[in-house]
This record gives sequence, structure tokens and C-alpha cells, in this order.
Amino acid sequence: MAALPPYASTGQKIWYWGFRAICALVFFFLIFPLLVVVPLSFNSLPYFTFTPEMLRFAPGAYSLVNYNDFFTNSDWQNALYNSVRIAPVATLLSVSLGTLAAIGLSQSHVPFRGAIMAVLISPMIVPLIISAAGMYFFYSRIGLQGTYVGVVLAHAALGIPFVIITVTATLVGFDRSLTRAAANLGANPVRTFFKVQAPLILPGVISGGLFAFITSFDEVVVVLFVGSAGQKTLPWQMFTGLREQISPTILAVATILVVISICLLTTVELLRRRSERLRGLSPQ
Amino acid sequence: MANGEGVSGPILAADGRPLKQSLARALRMQKMRALALIAPLLIFILVTFAAPIADMLFRSIENSIVPATLPLTVKALEDWDDASGKPPGEEAFAALHKDLLVAVDAKAHTKLGSRLNYEQTGIASLLRKTGRHVKRMKEDGNLAAQFAKVHKGWADPETWGTVKRFSGSHTSGYFLNAVDARLGSGGIEARPDNERIYIFLFERTLFLSIVITVSCLLIGYPVAFLLATLPMRTSNVLMILVLLPFWTSLLVRTSAWKVLLQQQGVINDTLVFVGLVADDARLAMINNQTGTIIAMTHILLPFMILPLYSVMRTIPPSYMRAAKSLGATDWTAFWRVYFPQSVPGIGAGSILVFILSIGYYITPELVGGTSGTFISNRIAYHISSSLNWGLAAALGVILLIVVLVLYWLYDRIVGIDNVKLG
Repeated sequence: MAALPPYASTGQKIWYWGFRAICALVFFFLIFPLLVVVPLSFNSLPYFTFTPEMLRFAPGAYSLVNYNDFFTNSDWQNALYNSVRIAPVATLLSVSLGTLAAIGLSQSHVPFRGAIMAVLISPMIVPLIISAAGMYFFYSRIGLQGTYVGVVLAHAALGIPFVIITVTATLVGFDRSLTRAAANLGANPVRTFFKVQAPLILPGVISGGLFAFITSFDEVVVVLFVGSAGQKTLPWQMFTGLREQISPTILAVATILVVISICLLTTVELLRRRSERLRGLSPQ
Repeated sequence: MANGEGVSGPILAADGRPLKQSLARALRMQKMRALALIAPLLIFILVTFAAPIADMLFRSIENSIVPATLPLTVKALEDWDDASGKPPGEEAFAALHKDLLVAVDAKAHTKLGSRLNYEQTGIASLLRKTGRHVKRMKEDGNLAAQFAKVHKGWADPETWGTVKRFSGSHTSGYFLNAVDARLGSGGIEARPDNERIYIFLFERTLFLSIVITVSCLLIGYPVAFLLATLPMRTSNVLMILVLLPFWTSLLVRTSAWKVLLQQQGVINDTLVFVGLVADDARLAMINNQTGTIIAMTHILLPFMILPLYSVMRTIPPSYMRAAKSLGATDWTAFWRVYFPQSVPGIGAGSILVFILSIGYYITPELVGGTSGTFISNRIAYHISSSLNWGLAAALGVILLIVVLVLYWLYDRIVGIDNVKLG
């Protein structure tokens, strides 16, 4: 929508500002729930709403009691430890296998490309509850249900579509004459990959990895079924907390997670812009 | 050709092979190399993901427990006509007696009982009770009376009919159950009214998913339009407001809504403070359908805005200007020129949101109460609480088929290669 021309009629002016007001409301709807948990997490009383003292900014109304609980409570600390133990390993698995396959898929002659792509993307499309049910049945058959390895494998499978999508997208703009030039100058395929191809597709790989990481780090449904009490992750602990004994510590955890997602989002955006600049897609 | 004789012969490559053959070989090598790169991941996905799905398909029809626990009885019942209205003869009771003696030692009769109880209520207790008495029975040629004395269910041909109908190693019973039907003596029949639940749940899942998709479209379209028409610099900044919820943990967003929508929550407090709502008439916005719709619209909105935005970005703004310079009003220019070009984005976004919402579990579980839950909550219930895995698998397969049909549509409209993230 271009700026309002000076000859706009009253109706057009009303519509122009009305439309912006509607959009502002939608943006508010999108962002408000995330922002509201931040001040609430500093509530010194175990309530989920603003106390009158908080609205008056009384000094005693705000405290770090919820954060203190998160960092001292063994349930939460165990959950955090499990999350940190599962997500990076699952990410590493999906990134290494996914990148390799994405390079294979972007070759010019791949038999059954469509079918292979459909299979590889399917963990993203199949509803999580169905993946969880199937994995629960199958993993308990082969003795992986309730084990660390089972959860890592399941999460790696869920993260793979994201790696495939981001890395193939990076490879679409990849100039093949660069690898030919490297080969022409005497580099073997492995050296060509690490010296020429890898640096160029690295932004795609990293953002795919971040997607895979957040998928595993946020995932509840599959870990709920495939894992056992020993693999209780942070989202799982939040889920039980919300369902059974709702404790204000959840708000502190939520705030920490919002901060983490801001960091991840910033990284991905910076990478995307760098990648576009490198490949000359956006003239900036 | 130096000697001038190869004019009609095949063109040769440097190593003396025909060029065609040599090219075919190079192509084959290339294909093999590509496949070798893909193979590890493909095998990984097949083992960790495709095999579980196949296992679920198998579980939804698997019924080996009946023929495995009652092999002799199943054989003895082959000649019995379950529409005859009479229980089978003495030889079937003798076979049942032998089978149960083995089963009780292995404690398999209770498992069999819970399997058959899904088809006819009461069989579980019948088998448990019979299991306690079966060792005291005498093979004196009058087992029918002894069985009937332990539990009168054995004199009822309906019990035997159930055993006979579910004696195969595969069954349609779970699928029939999943659509509120069952295999009665007269073939497939509807379940009694008080046992019908799944058709209703499927309908509710579809209805809520449609409501969520439509509300995402209605509030996502203006925002995508604004983002696509603003200058790049401004729209990049505003885009962060869309992407941040997308990157934030699902549970953070769900807990935020739980905090906001509660009776003593922020929204109700504000409404009471402003005076729109009396303190004793606070709105019930959570643990019902309203809660599910509001929270899921918020959670899925980015999945609507992003595909819409990427389509709208490609619509040249000069088309609208051209329409206006030809005399169209703002509305006509939008409706006749801009809107038709944004339809692919609407299709992509709607199918994506619909696919995601139809299988949602966490949010309906936490904010849906009893009236706002989906079929997926029922699947989870059958896996972890009622332990009726076959029924859970059958419900899952039906849901999966719906999703795959939509996925196929999405592939036709957008193409899976064109899925973009962020």
C-alpha cells in the first residue's frame, strides 16, 4: 500500500487508517501473549495476573522468586539437563545426514526424486500424535521405548525435513561452474566440497540446524510417548505443570524460552541475509 | 575421422567406446553417486519414521491374540452357525476348556478378555471369572452346563458369536469401532446411541479446524497484504513480529493463553476493571471451544501469513495502478485484479493451517477442556489410559489418510519443493 496521495477522499483516508489500525490490532494479538508473560514472571506472589501492587510499581511486588525456583528445583533442573542432552545430539544427526542427502537431491539426475522427497518431508506433514503413536508401538517392539537413544532418534527424524528444505533452498542458487572450476584446477571431490561448496552452503546448513534444534527442544508429543521419566524434557515438565499443578515457575521458564527464541530468530535472519548477499540474490 | 571409414559407424569417445554408451555410463555413475548420498538418510527415515507408521497400520488390523489363545475353540467353531440362535455343541466347550487350561497358566485369558471386551462389553469379567474356575471343571461330557454354571454368558449365543466373528488373525473391528459401528451377528451395524462418539469427534475436529483456518485467513490476509505492499525496510521490521511467535516454544504460547484467558486472568481482570463485565459474571474463555479456537488461531497464524506474503510479494503493484487508471474504484481494483492473483497463497496457507490444526494435540489438551478437544486427544487417551492400542491405531490411520489427501493437494497446488521456512 503506497503512501496516501494528497488528493485522497475522506473515505479513502478513513479506509487507509482503518486498515492500518486493523493490522496493528493483529500484530498486537500476535505479540501481546509473549510480552505479557515477561512482567508476570517477576510477580512476587504466586498469582497469574497483575496484582494491584504490581500496577503501582511497588518495589516489593516484583521479585526473582520464580527464577530462583527454576534454578534450584531439582525437577526443573533435571528437565533442563535432559533437554540440553537430547536436542544437540538429535540436531547433529539430522544436520549431518540431511545435508548429505540434500546435496544428493540437488544433483541433476536423481531417480525417483519426487518420491524420495515426499518420504523425507513426511515427518513434518504427518501429525505429531500419529508419529508419536507409531513410534511408541514400534520402539517398544525393538526395545527403544523409554530410552535416551529412542528419543534422540525420534527427534532427529522430526528435524530432518527442516534441514532438507533449508539446505536444498540454498543449493538451488548454487553456481555449479564453481565446483567444475575447482575440479579443473586439480581439487578432488572431497577437497572441492570442503573448500568451495561447504562455505557457500554453510548459512543454509546452520539455519536448518537451528530449525532442527528448536524442533527437538520444543517437542512434547513424541517425547511424551517415546520417552520415560528419565528423559523428561523442559517442554514435558511445562506440559505436566500446566495440566496438573500450575506453578508460577512456568512463567519464568517461558520468559527464558522467549529470550532464547529471540536469539535464534536473530541468528537465522542474519544468516539468511548473509546467504542472499553471498549468492547475489538481494542487491544490498 | 582420420582414415575416413567411420562415417556411418558410431562416434567414439577418447577411450574407444561408443560415445552413446560412454555417456550412458557417466549418467549411471552420476545417478549412483546421488543415490549413495541420499541412501543413509533414506534408510534412517525408513527405520525411525516409516517403520513406526507401518507398524501402526499393522496394529490397526492385527488380531492374532484370539486365534493364538483359543486355537482349538476357533477350529471347533468353524461349523457352528452364529445366526442359529443356539450356543455351539459340547465339542466346542471341550475345546474351550483345553484352550483355557493353557491360557490360564500363561495368564493369557485376561488379555484375551480385554481384547474381546472392546467388541462386547462384559466378556472381560466373563473370562476372568471362568479363568478362576476352569481348573475345577471335569471333562465328563457335560462341560456346557459347567461353563454355564460359572457364568451364564456361556449359554448366550451372542458370546460365542463374538468369539467366532473375531477369530481371524486380522480384523476390521477396530476400524468399525472408529466409525461407531461394529460387527454384529447380522453383519456391520451401528453401535447403540450411547456408545457413539468417534464420528462426532471427527466432525468436531473438522469443524474446529475449519473455524481456525478461516479465522487465520481473515486476520492473516490484511497483515500479509500490508507486509507485501510496504517498503522492504519497514516490512522486514514488522516481519519480526510475525516470526517471533513462530520461533517461540509452543508451550510458552499455550501457557500465555492459559494465563490470559483464565477466569482470574488478565483479560477478565481488565474487562472487570473497565466495567464491561460484572465481577460475578466473568467470561469463561478457557477449557472450552473458545479457548481452543483463540489459542490455536494465534499459534497457527504465522503459517498463514508466511505463504500469503510470499505469493503477494510477487504480484506487481503496477497492476492495481493500471486498474485504477482505467477507472476502477479501490474495491474493484482489489477484488477483480489483486485478489484473484493472491488465491494460490490463500490455498497454500489454508491447507497448511488445516493440516497442522487437524492433528493438534498439546493445545487442545491444555486449553480445550472437554468440549474443545480433538480426535488426537482421544488417540492419546487410548494409548496411555485405556490401552486400546488397536483402536488408537485405527483412529490414527483414518486421520493420517485425511492428512495425506490434503498433503497431496498441497503438493499439487504449491509443490513440496517450494515450501519455504522463515
